[in-house]
Amino acid sequence: MGSNMAEAHPVAFQWVVEAKARGAKVQHIDPHFTRTSALADAYVPIRAGSDIAFLGGVINHILTEEKYFREYVVAYTNASFLVDERYQDTEDLEGLFSGFDPETASYDQSSWQYESAGSPPEQEDREELSDEAQAHASGAGGAPLAGVTNGIAQDPTLEHPRCVFQVLKRHFARYTPEFVEDVCGTPREQFLAVCAAWTGASGRDRTGALVYSVGWTQHSVGAQYIRAGAIIQLLLGNIGRPGGGILALRGHASIQGCTDIPTLFNLLPGYLPMPSPATPDLAAYVASIRSKKQKGFWYNADAYMVSLLKEYWGEKAQPDNDFCFDYLPRIDGDHGVYRTLMDMVDGKIPGYFLFGQNPAVGMSNGRLARLALAQLDWLVVRDLVMVESATFWQNAPEIETGEIDPAACRTEVFFFPAASHVEKEGTFTQTERMLQWREKAVEPSGDQSSELWFAYHLGRILRERLAASTDDRDRPLIDLSWDYAKEHGHEEELWGEPSAEDVLRRINGYHLDTGEPVGDYRELRADGSTSAGCWIYSGVFRGGVNLSARRGDGPDGKWGWVWPLDRRILYNRASADPEGRPWSEGKKLVWWDEAVGRWVGDDIADFPDDLPPGHVPEAEAVGPAALRGDDAFVLQADGKAWLFAPNGVLDGPLPTHYEPDESPVPNRLHGPRGSPMRRHYSRPANPANPAGDTEVFPFVLTASRLTEHLTAGGMSRWLPFLAELQPELFVEVSPELAAARGLEHNGWCHVITSRTAVQAKVVVTARIRPLRVQQQVVHQVWMPYHFGPGGLATGDVMNDLLGIVADPNVQIQEGKVATCDVRPGPRPTGPALLAYVEDYRRRAGISAGGESS
Amino acid sequence: MSNSLFGPLDDVAGDAGHVDHPPRMGFFTDTSVCIGCKACEVACKQWNGVPAGAELDLLGMSHDNTGELGANSWRHVAFIEQAPTSPVDPPADLGMPGMQPPGAATGAETRTDFRWLMASDVCKHCTHAGCLDVCPTGALFRTEFGSVVVQQDICNGCGYCVSGCPYGVIERRPDDGRAQKCTLCYDRLHDGLEPACAKACPTDSIQFGELDELRERAAARVATLHERGETSARLYGHDPDDGVGGNGAFFLLLDEPEVYGLPPDPVVPTRDMARMWGFVCAAAVGFLTAAVGSFVGRGIR
Repeated sequence: MGSNMAEAHPVAFQWVVEAKARGAKVQHIDPHFTRTSALADAYVPIRAGSDIAFLGGVINHILTEEKYFREYVVAYTNASFLVDERYQDTEDLEGLFSGFDPETASYDQSSWQYESAGSPPEQEDREELSDEAQAHASGAGGAPLAGVTNGIAQDPTLEHPRCVFQVLKRHFARYTPEFVEDVCGTPREQFLAVCAAWTGASGRDRTGALVYSVGWTQHSVGAQYIRAGAIIQLLLGNIGRPGGGILALRGHASIQGCTDIPTLFNLLPGYLPMPSPATPDLAAYVASIRSKKQKGFWYNADAYMVSLLKEYWGEKAQPDNDFCFDYLPRIDGDHGVYRTLMDMVDGKIPGYFLFGQNPAVGMSNGRLARLALAQLDWLVVRDLVMVESATFWQNAPEIETGEIDPAACRTEVFFFPAASHVEKEGTFTQTERMLQWREKAVEPSGDQSSELWFAYHLGRILRERLAASTDDRDRPLIDLSWDYAKEHGHEEELWGEPSAEDVLRRINGYHLDTGEPVGDYRELRADGSTSAGCWIYSGVFRGGVNLSARRGDGPDGKWGWVWPLDRRILYNRASADPEGRPWSEGKKLVWWDEAVGRWVGDDIADFPDDLPPGHVPEAEAVGPAALRGDDAFVLQADGKAWLFAPNGVLDGPLPTHYEPDESPVPNRLHGPRGSPMRRHYSRPANPANPAGDTEVFPFVLTASRLTEHLTAGGMSRWLPFLAELQPELFVEVSPELAAARGLEHNGWCHVITSRTAVQAKVVVTARIRPLRVQQQVVHQVWMPYHFGPGGLATGDVMNDLLGIVADPNVQIQEGKVATCDVRPGPRPTGPALLAYVEDYRRRAGISAGGESS
Repeated sequence: MSNSLFGPLDDVAGDAGHVDHPPRMGFFTDTSVCIGCKACEVACKQWNGVPAGAELDLLGMSHDNTGELGANSWRHVAFIEQAPTSPVDPPADLGMPGMQPPGAATGAETRTDFRWLMASDVCKHCTHAGCLDVCPTGALFRTEFGSVVVQQDICNGCGYCVSGCPYGVIERRPDDGRAQKCTLCYDRLHDGLEPACAKACPTDSIQFGELDELRERAAARVATLHERGETSARLYGHDPDDGVGGNGAFFLLLDEPEVYGLPPDPVVPTRDMARMWGFVCAAAVGFLTAAVGSFVGRGIR
């Protein structure tokens, strides 16, 4: 669901084909029938943007028909925990949870806590954080909960009206099969068939896996989509078990690495949050991300943070200067990429680096992105080809319309050719958390350089220039520990290539006294005796061996190295029952061996390996020592998986159906049409199509990938063998919509939103079909988003059609659903295009200010 | 005497003159697991230096922008969309694309779900290869592996092979005139490697190996699919009794061959050669007899 795995991950899809050969059944739920659907056992249509209604329907079905795996749910989730009596649900408050403040459009989460927790002392500090900072204020390791190890009020019979299980039941009670059919347009027999297949493939003896991808993440309620999927898999007992779990397919190769060792504004390596102004020192920072009373391994966040600071500032980071904690920038607001774009348009940003990113094609509201780039003083682009973000000043659509004048454009663009992945060495980290070492196969033919080379030498030169500075502001850069080794054979070259293996060794971490690599994150200390660039990667260099280079032919037979600690399935303690025995012989993975006093099996236990299943900790224990023998979810503050999330998500402890920002139908469930917390970036250049409009922009627009191209096209549109496979932008329309709008197969048409109009070839196909939604016929259209003016396979930029609305938790844009019109023939060009779009806006009642009237 | 022109032939390479040759190698393409990724098309072009097309046009044939096998496309992935007839509304006739292979709408009455068939087509390396049999220069030859290869340094571009192929595979390259087709990666076979397309295929739709073993595997796969209710699964090109003596590259299809753009009953043109020459001889004898007879008759009187 929310995934086109066969097209976006064809190599990984071989394992789905293998599973099918062994009898697995595949259900594919998608707005249109794709190459994944072609190999599925069942294809189920759905209206783009209505997934929570569907998933809520599955949850309701599981609870009503009692298909949940009860022993698993009671032992390993927070189903039995009681929620604060001040908690009120969206069912009580017409679509809002308790604690909503309309002024700030945000929630005070204190009424969402467990009954015995009281008001967490950290809450006062967190109020000062802006929403964006707050979303990640707890990092990704589970938000702190006060009072947890002192015993949470629970009802293991799951009957108390305020236990999570009953709260869940009430919350999803109205998500019936009829509701799903009405809201999603999915025929109820097909919906019920999915429920039967999913529940039938779960339990003691069988497990089912859920796969999602960017079709779920790019929504204004994206984080809640994923929460809904997690709730289902937990109720069915699929998490932590072989053949189960949730496979979150990432959108790019190695983008998992880009969040593990992040290029995100609000995260540090290993999902530690960036500090905020509310945490003036290291102690306050640590207190904000973990509570002194919580269980599990996130308790040791201080050790992970101090080790990171030692890696950054080496000798200069000492206990008496808080390990240079003050050198880190403080995040005081939304510095996400869309916010930054807006600031660029407003002339607030003089310079920008783009490494392998093509916002002129790849970002929502492409026109805004290009206008933003045109406001920069300087732009540095590193890429394999001259992507549109480097050449916007000469080939952007805004040249034609007159909005950008090449002669007057102020931006100075510096283009650096980038080495491809065969021209450099390093690791890829893929979706299954696996690090795989890649060797350099060829030397670059010219000046192409690796990111490592570029970043290292840029840093070296900046430090040289600042070496004599006495300005305090320069100290963080001057004091950096920047002594990475050079590649073997290049040690004496000033401009030599840094050694990726040395970088990996330092990411792994080592003991500062002996120089020995740490074996895993449990060896990291908060006293400055260890250094580690990313605590979750600790262990990849265990024993001084690059384990990410394993290829299955060594004595352990393993391929690559998986974080954390080479555990292949996370939370695999849950593959055994509370007594430590596998739930079934066929689904055994790790189990307790009483004779040796350890967890044994086919995977490394994601659990303290000598902690017996029946262990009960002492009352005052904290951190890992506070884990019970059945606390399978070792990074959660209470050791359990969360059906109900008291912390960590800003827009609600439970997923709730809201309509997307742009939708032709009203919210059938309750008052607020869209999510009350979705992030708008309102400005004239970013208007929204009016909600509930069935006249001007009546169709639902969705977009995703084709196998033949990669994302914004930089790696495919310039290659002849790929360009000829999918040479042109097209839009898939149903035969019914083609008839209604007079569209000819393989003829021209243009798609219009309040942002712009984009032309494309017409593909009339029954693979996309109109749905009956809330007594209306809703037409959906689909487009690939790879095309731009550059390269061999050229076309208009599809993302120019989308506006920017984002999820409040992660600032990911709602790129998967919008509304539009489709008309035959090519679009107008030049200034006539602007007039044409302005006419649509007028008819839609969108004023010059960008709000709908 | 072995069936050199027609009929089952066990030892194809031996019949062509190879002594002590390896077992016959070929492809089994299981289209039921094809995901239409076209890695086969790209890998083939990459390895063999086949040029990219000059025209970059959407063909309007579902996701197929290659169109057909040819001199510059030695692997071609076909896409056939099969929409079910709705029991409620009759399908509107909107002049659906005319470039669909015939039969793209067959079987709709018995189908309830939408189907999207995907299949990677290739030269069949026939047991009795029409292209090979008519080549006047000997450019086309039978390799020791049983495959059929055209030698670029001998081909004179006469084009007889183009009309000799019952599948429409081989074609002359427009810019230089010589005939081109899949070589079963002859150079890779020499080094014990599998062809580039088979190596690239992520789901093992394209399987390479000894033909006998592939035929067993294919039969087992059809049986499994039938057991699971996929009764439309059948093999194509596997039968030594067919019009080309069976193929070195055969397929598992989920519908009639015509649906995929494949001929239902391909026959090597030289099957009828003996008969044709027989007619020619009979006609020649007849004419000769008539001619002699007319002189002899006169002579006696």
